[in-house]
Amino acid sequence: MTALSRETLVSALLLVLLVAIPVAATMVGEPFYVTLATRIAILALAAVGLNIALGLGGLVSFGHAAFFGLGGYVAGIFATHAFNGEPLPFGLAATTSMPVIWLSAMALCGLVALPIGAISLRTSGVYFIMITLAFAQMIYYFAVSWPSYGGEDGLSIYVRNSFPGLNTAQPLPYFLLCLGVLVAGLVLFQLIKGSRFGTALEASRQNPTRLAAVGIAPFGIRLVAFAVSAMVTGLAGALFADLNRFVSPSMLSWHMSGELIVLIILGGKGRLFGPLAGAMVYVLFEYALGGITERWQFFLGLILLGVVLFARGGLLGLLAGKARHG
Amino acid sequence: MAEPVLQLSDLRKSFGALKATDGVSLDLRGGEIHALIGPNGAGKSTLIHQICGSIRPDSGTIRFLGEDMAGLDMAARVRRGLGRSFQISSLAPEFSALRNVMLAVQARQGSSFRFLRPVASDGSLTGPAMTMLERVGLEARAKVPAAELSHGERRQLEIAIALALGPKAFLFDEPMAGLGPEGSKRLTGFLDGLRHEAPILLVEHDMDAVFALADRISVLVYGRIIATGTVAEIRSDPEVRRAYLGDAA
Repeated sequence: MTALSRETLVSALLLVLLVAIPVAATMVGEPFYVTLATRIAILALAAVGLNIALGLGGLVSFGHAAFFGLGGYVAGIFATHAFNGEPLPFGLAATTSMPVIWLSAMALCGLVALPIGAISLRTSGVYFIMITLAFAQMIYYFAVSWPSYGGEDGLSIYVRNSFPGLNTAQPLPYFLLCLGVLVAGLVLFQLIKGSRFGTALEASRQNPTRLAAVGIAPFGIRLVAFAVSAMVTGLAGALFADLNRFVSPSMLSWHMSGELIVLIILGGKGRLFGPLAGAMVYVLFEYALGGITERWQFFLGLILLGVVLFARGGLLGLLAGKARHG
Repeated sequence: MAEPVLQLSDLRKSFGALKATDGVSLDLRGGEIHALIGPNGAGKSTLIHQICGSIRPDSGTIRFLGEDMAGLDMAARVRRGLGRSFQISSLAPEFSALRNVMLAVQARQGSSFRFLRPVASDGSLTGPAMTMLERVGLEARAKVPAAELSHGERRQLEIAIALALGPKAFLFDEPMAGLGPEGSKRLTGFLDGLRHEAPILLVEHDMDAVFALADRISVLVYGRIIATGTVAEIRSDPEVRRAYLGDAA
């Protein structure tokens, strides 16, 4: 019981930190820190998405950059067409309205994830890792070689997309918007984890034979989890493109997939606030050490090594103790 | 006589030159305990795997409640009413005993694609699950993760999960394994009453339990059923004595 309440405490602390820093930064006129916090929130959301597949389902997808990037391209393509006053392919009207863009990004990612998942989930272990990577690389090279939307150079978003009743061009409102979406993602994760679906999904990770022996085929459960996971990561991608006002194939690359996995391992896999803890440490490291040396990832690697060797529960496990199941 | 619940007809399965299942025909009738015995390497596990759907037979048919099971995977067979336990306990180790049983209750209700309602406060899951734990005498350990249960408790939990499925037939693969005399005796008493809920195909090495429980016994040796009959018939069958029972009978 104490471990549970301690985890709640640590989680609350993380959220308070995430909110307090950009608000304080805005008050003292340092908008850069707001952008940093927004980056944390968005990367955390992307990792919350992956955490559904990886943390709950044990599906180590090394291809989630595909969904992150696709979400980003949806935002970029909508913005470009709206800016140029052209309709989208299939006669869809271009819009800069974020809710429409988010839904489109999630729908696209869900649709792409279904065939990728259906094929990949016929394998497991290292083959699953490799096949998800292969699919993501296919999409990456497609984006690189497709000139209509910038190809290798990427696509600029000249004006950040809009959200009703909010000035998204200002750093703080945009941060708060991203924070709101992150919180919604966290609520969704927690609901799924405690639900019948989550029970079946976690059972499929712990012992797929047991799941089949009560009459639930693991494949369908995993496929749906993979798609939902892709949708959340895709939503984060759309937010990320709007944050940078730029989307390029690098969002689709395997480095990005690896980064998302690192965030989860760093923070604590399968745990509600693991991705946020991981994203905070990652981004702060990138900022603090990145200013001193270009080789900051070497030091991140050392920390990751420490976590993997000595704190399997990640940073949350270290701070809040072992995870307990009901 | 009514049609048997489970019927294997001329089942064959080879691994290379080894005939693991060599023309096995066997049936399980309503209300009975049918024990399957045989020395190590006789092909009992291979046979169980074929009934459950994790190994596909080379030829022959398996009919369950009149339906041909060919092409159905394990989950589909379980949904049709085949409840099984494993030779080596197979549980979700991180889940509590209660949640392991709740998983079976939820599967029986046929509704695993529900994403929002928390299971912990869902009385339609916790209620029946707790009842099953009480039936096997595990209610005091409901909150303990399966990984922290003793060997005997895990065997009990396996049975509770199978019960929660409300199956039309039970398939118990060495449920007494590693239980010790006291535990075996208790489980024997429990299974004795269970046959009235659903017939049991019992694979077991514990001969005391088999002789106490079985309505019929089939003896499997080198992939073939060499004898099927009542306890008395099997005890006195000279071929069985030679092949298997030795001095134990």
